[in-house]
Amino acid sequence: MASTTGTAATSADLRSHLDRNYPRLSQRLPDAVVAPSNIAWRGWRRLGYFRYLIAAALMGVIPWLMDNDYFPILQGGYGINVLFTTGYWILLTLGLSVVVGLAGLLDLGYVAFFMLGAYTTALMTDSGSPDQFHIVEWPTWTVLPFAVIVAMIAGFVLGVPTLRLRGDYLAIVTLGFHEIVRQSANNLTITNGSRGIAQIPSPEINLPFWQLDFGLDAEYYWWFLLIPAILLAVMMIRHLDNSRVGRYWAAIREDEVAASAMGVPVTKMKVLAFVIGASVSGVAGWIYAIKFGYIAPNSFPLLQSILVLCAVVIGGLGSIAGAVLGAILVTTLPEVVRELSGGEEIFGFDIESGRIAIFGVLLIIVMIYRPGGLLAAKRRRTELQEAGAADNVVTAEDPHAHIKTRDADLWDERKKGND
Amino acid sequence: MPEALLELKDVHVRYGVIEAVRGINLTVGESEVVTLIGGNGAGKTTTLRAISMVHGPSRGEILFRGEDITSLRSDEVVSRGIIHVPEGRHIFPSMSVAENIEMGAFQRKKTSRKELNEDVDRVFMLFPRMKERRKQAGGTLSGGEQQMLAIGRALMAKPKLLMLDEPSMGLAPQVVETVFGVVETINSEGIPVLLIEQNAQMALQAASRGYVIETGEIVLEDKAQSLLGNDRVRKAYLGEE
Repeated sequence: MASTTGTAATSADLRSHLDRNYPRLSQRLPDAVVAPSNIAWRGWRRLGYFRYLIAAALMGVIPWLMDNDYFPILQGGYGINVLFTTGYWILLTLGLSVVVGLAGLLDLGYVAFFMLGAYTTALMTDSGSPDQFHIVEWPTWTVLPFAVIVAMIAGFVLGVPTLRLRGDYLAIVTLGFHEIVRQSANNLTITNGSRGIAQIPSPEINLPFWQLDFGLDAEYYWWFLLIPAILLAVMMIRHLDNSRVGRYWAAIREDEVAASAMGVPVTKMKVLAFVIGASVSGVAGWIYAIKFGYIAPNSFPLLQSILVLCAVVIGGLGSIAGAVLGAILVTTLPEVVRELSGGEEIFGFDIESGRIAIFGVLLIIVMIYRPGGLLAAKRRRTELQEAGAADNVVTAEDPHAHIKTRDADLWDERKKGND
Repeated sequence: MPEALLELKDVHVRYGVIEAVRGINLTVGESEVVTLIGGNGAGKTTTLRAISMVHGPSRGEILFRGEDITSLRSDEVVSRGIIHVPEGRHIFPSMSVAENIEMGAFQRKKTSRKELNEDVDRVFMLFPRMKERRKQAGGTLSGGEQQMLAIGRALMAKPKLLMLDEPSMGLAPQVVETVFGVVETINSEGIPVLLIEQNAQMALQAASRGYVIETGEIVLEDKAQSLLGNDRVRKAYLGEE
């Protein structure tokens, strides 16, 4: 946290950064490695917003990196498609990470907002057959803010009555919300029921110096559309997390009673988390609809809501890097399994169709060995380690002390076992 | 009795069909320490939660400086300067001690960083232990330290009225004494305190006036010294025959 007294002064040093965030790693790394890296790290931090441009450039070359002879499978449309899928999943995990990771609200129906973004796009553009109902027939670009706004309104409408609920109850209500949205799309005439809406137009760029039709030109343009969306989402979430609002969310997540006793407007802040999370998935819904050109209620199964949550938890709740990693794992692992299995069967089961099961296994393994997720957020780590630890005298000189000594009894027992 | 800062008039609080507090009248004057003592389930915490509007009253009036606060939200009550330190401490476990203390100042929106740092220093002066441990995660503190932290955090909100819910709960006798010492120090700076306690002995020694609550009703009200000498109180709460 940038605004914290004491920590800000030392944050320009890689060693102290590692000590704070990755104490065990820091102990293993000798000065010979850390000292030279420190210069590069300081430089990187000094770049400020240029870092986003560099990240954009690095993300931009991925399609060309994939087009190599070492992994022929990645060449052509398949690789780009997996890349695109990963991209919009990153948007979904980032958005859900605000709701679950930062504000600590268990949302099992997050994909409903994604779906609303996609359906808004379909109904406001010149999609489907001419006799099909449209609200308006606007250009694809113009519809983007509306997809976001509809998702945000849905977040607000769902949030206001339900966010007084806690934990399991909220999870059930959000789960129900997903089904309500999906079944409505399934049964309404304007959404064309279960047949869905086809021929959603692709965006076009028609400038005097630049003409581009996303539908006709190379597939990787879709990926370029995702890069700014992802980076803007990352920027927004980072800023929120480091702001007053981020501290409000942390307080609510950790202790709602204390938060309200301190004057945090709890319900308002929870609704805000819902609305911001929904806005990101609205963008994802827009991109999804115009990329695939066809949406139907079955494109948004309940399983997807659960998988997004799964990705966020595996990656690390409240951690941006974790959300990105989680999305990458959830989209690429099934593809890897599909490739390796080659349609074979084990005990009569088709491996490919059971590929979702690997997330169950992965989730259990992660929860046992890294309960904060693969790339856990610093705050979450301490939350999980928080325990009695009453009589541990911790000195200011030892930055890892609070981790080393957190649960004295457990620690001692473990030591005894080792001796 | 000094002029009333906080005044509860015939306050009822219900949880569904159960009426936990039944028509309480209570006042806290400027720069007073008032204690509300009673056994488990008497309605002490419920009363505090009603004042801070975490769970508002079903009937009756709560006046703070003459304004009826029963229609306000809990965060609006906090911004009026009524700061509630909830039972069981409720610190933020993964935030550092310094961050916890800063959280207390959250509703003071127009405060400069400098002013804020001065207030943090004041809290550190009151609790030197907190300064030693300012970078440590709140959850790793001992029970007594967590209580200090919770009180220190509340002071950051510049309370006009500080409400402490069982600050002695689960603490060693020595630590309890420190906590009550802190209550006196705070009050000596002119901050009125409404103290809820099961530990009647300590509470009545620290307070100037006291109320005894039983099954949702105030059964006794007097100067703290006289309550300490009252037979009924001695038998019921001080464990004397």
